[in-house]
Amino acid sequence: MLRVLLLTISVLAVAHAELCKPDAQNAFKVRLSIKTALGDNAYAWDANEEYLFKAMVAFAMRRYSSKSTTQISNVLLCNMTGRVSFWFVVTDSSKNVTTVPGSEVEAAIRMNRNRINSAFLLNDKTLQFLQITSTLSPPVEPSTPVWLIIFGVVLCLIVAGIVFLIVGGIRKHKKKNKEPAERENLEEKGEVNVTVENGIPCEVLDLKAGHINGVFAADDERFTPL
Amino acid sequence: MTKDLTMPSEIPEEDGRPKWDNKFQYILSCVGFAVGLGNVWRFPYLCQIHGGGAFLIPYFIALLFEGIPLLHLELALGQYVRKGSIGAWNTVSPYLGGVGAGTWMASVLVSLYYNTVLTWVMWYFINSFQEPLPWSVCPLNENRTGLNEECYESTAVNYFWYRKTLNITPDVTESGTLQWWLILCLAACWAIVYLCTIRGIETTGKAIYVTALFPYLVLTIFLIHGLSLPGATDGLTYLFTPNLNALKNPRIWLDAATQIFFSLSLAVGGLIAFSSYNPPKNDCEKDAVTVAIVNSLTSLYASIPVFSVLGFKATTGYWDCLDRNILNIINEFDLPEESIMRQNYTAWISFLNSSYPEKIAGVKLKTCDLQEFLDQSVSGTGLAFIIFTQAITLMPGSQAWAILFFTMLFCLGLSSMFGNIEGVFTPLLELQVFKSTPKELLSGIICLISFLIALCFTLASGSYWIDIFDSYAGSLPLLVIAFFEVIGVAYVYKIKRFSKDVKQMTGRKPNLYWQMTWKFISPLLLLIVFVAFVTLQTHKPPSYAAWNPKYEGFPMKEEKVYPPWVVSICVLLAALPCVFIPLGALFHLIKQMRRSSDLSFVPKQVFSCQGANSNFSHLQE
Repeated sequence: MLRVLLLTISVLAVAHAELCKPDAQNAFKVRLSIKTALGDNAYAWDANEEYLFKAMVAFAMRRYSSKSTTQISNVLLCNMTGRVSFWFVVTDSSKNVTTVPGSEVEAAIRMNRNRINSAFLLNDKTLQFLQITSTLSPPVEPSTPVWLIIFGVVLCLIVAGIVFLIVGGIRKHKKKNKEPAERENLEEKGEVNVTVENGIPCEVLDLKAGHINGVFAADDERFTPL
Repeated sequence: MTKDLTMPSEIPEEDGRPKWDNKFQYILSCVGFAVGLGNVWRFPYLCQIHGGGAFLIPYFIALLFEGIPLLHLELALGQYVRKGSIGAWNTVSPYLGGVGAGTWMASVLVSLYYNTVLTWVMWYFINSFQEPLPWSVCPLNENRTGLNEECYESTAVNYFWYRKTLNITPDVTESGTLQWWLILCLAACWAIVYLCTIRGIETTGKAIYVTALFPYLVLTIFLIHGLSLPGATDGLTYLFTPNLNALKNPRIWLDAATQIFFSLSLAVGGLIAFSSYNPPKNDCEKDAVTVAIVNSLTSLYASIPVFSVLGFKATTGYWDCLDRNILNIINEFDLPEESIMRQNYTAWISFLNSSYPEKIAGVKLKTCDLQEFLDQSVSGTGLAFIIFTQAITLMPGSQAWAILFFTMLFCLGLSSMFGNIEGVFTPLLELQVFKSTPKELLSGIICLISFLIALCFTLASGSYWIDIFDSYAGSLPLLVIAFFEVIGVAYVYKIKRFSKDVKQMTGRKPNLYWQMTWKFISPLLLLIVFVAFVTLQTHKPPSYAAWNPKYEGFPMKEEKVYPPWVVSICVLLAALPCVFIPLGALFHLIKQMRRSSDLSFVPKQVFSCQGANSNFSHLQE
């Protein structure tokens, strides 16, 4: 009896060793970077964590195929390294000594990636399933782009400033136009002296400055030739 | 009869010309005009590639013999004649009126493209209010399986600049479409310029207090923060360690001379315009020396935070490279995390190389060299919009730093724009045609027309055209104009006369230094610089670096040659301001000849002064 038991155990162990080894069929490599993710709060990777991992994979398989046949003992881990990386396979309990197809395992893991990550307080980058790519989350985009709002604010301020300055300028211009009219009234009263030279107001003279005075230009002709 | 240029003893200040509120406003305007984007993104780059501290030697020599004399000349001229560039040069000599027109034309061309650079700054500014910053992450591709390919192969900052901002085409001949977001920002920028220059110096004088002083505040903040970043000291030692061997390369002297020249914004007429609003009795000599020294000191002061941040970026890049290598090694050898740290990296590498050489070779490690990261030197828009923005994403609180940085750049550029616009505005105000136009209308028309022309820079190929304008319109003609300015004053107007005018304003005659530099040294230096510049530009066909995602060497840029029609535009841009100089002289010559021929046949009624008729009757007796 004992011998039969020992024989089955050793057969099972050999079978397991054959099922789970690096680059075996339907086997996946997992790599964890606990210290990178958690820093000082990092936990140590021990047998309890391994148990949790097996449980999570079994949970994922159950959820995916919705038949409650996968047990924790169906998940085999091997080749544990100090990096914290290992290989795992999921055996099929209904068929003896075979592994569940890799595509099924991959789909199950993908569906439940978030749950598995949060069980270990890690994310897609720090808990890597090397042959399973993660789907990227779409970026959050607000309904109106933020820059348009800021631009609107800036433009409103500028336009307000321009309008203010133009209106101010027009008002000043109107005031100036009133003043000459007042000055003309004063002139009629004779209170403002307009500077006059030779009977011509100086302003008029200034306007005429720079013109060629033909009288002097015709100097040569005025003198009778010798 | 020529106009008598000696001023009467009582100088009438009530000639209706606007004036500065106080001296400080004037100095600040000149300093703001001179201190621009080049102080931040060109000077540190030149320091870096020309042997660090050694660059300061040719820089200060150029400042002494080229920068300060030319600056003093322009300020003195404007202040004495009290006119904008066109009127000023017409007064110096009617044959030199072309110099004024050339200056005006150069001012117009520079204003057009300079404000487009500010458009890019504004675009980055309004995008800095988001979390995360849009240039820090790559967007996803269409079917959301991975990152956008163009972004993935280059970097997120490159992608945001070339694709999201410029939407650049792979070739200057492919114009692409107008980018609507850039049009909005361009409109906003020209609106800001209009707001600040609406009444000439009346409004710019108020705005300059903010735009000229704010950059210094931000530079100080960046200085303090930058020096606290890891790797800052590496950057600074790299920048300032003098390599005196670099002085043997003639290129360093040329770069120093051109940097000083363009940094002081000479020959665009802005300085003449500013000083024309001064009271005549003002010490322009002291002003010139002050402005030049403040400009150079600002360049030096700005290079410290720039290089601290660049050192930080290089160090972070180096650490990232190391970390990636370490991760690859521990993944390959299944070593526990944190077994290899940056400090013992080299020891581990040598150990693994000796024990498992094939496995190490299989890992494909990248060589991480801090020097290589520091050597990645960029100037111009690349420094601000690619390198610096990337460094900002690495700092905590990156939104605040980005907002500060881009506001500083905007203020720096805006205060330079004031000078450019004044160089366009002031001569126009003095033309008879516009005497009765209100200032607000004239400045509005200038800003509107400039905005419409500058729309072509918002095309997809716009940044290539800006490079063309910057290299050809904003460089060569200014050298030519400055040369004729010095020659004109020194030999046509005559130094003796000019010294007398300056003495009238400052109270003392310009000493031997000024006489020598104005008469001999500066013109000679300008001539040498001009010849060297032209030789450098023409010895190989003009080319440009294009951003082409389909290029094999992507993300490196593709070197392309300009097609002939673009080259002819480059030549046109360079020649247009210069051609006014001989044209102006020719025009005046023809006018003189026609006048002398007119004098021999005088029509009977020549004088139009009706009121004067009665007064000249006594002469006919």
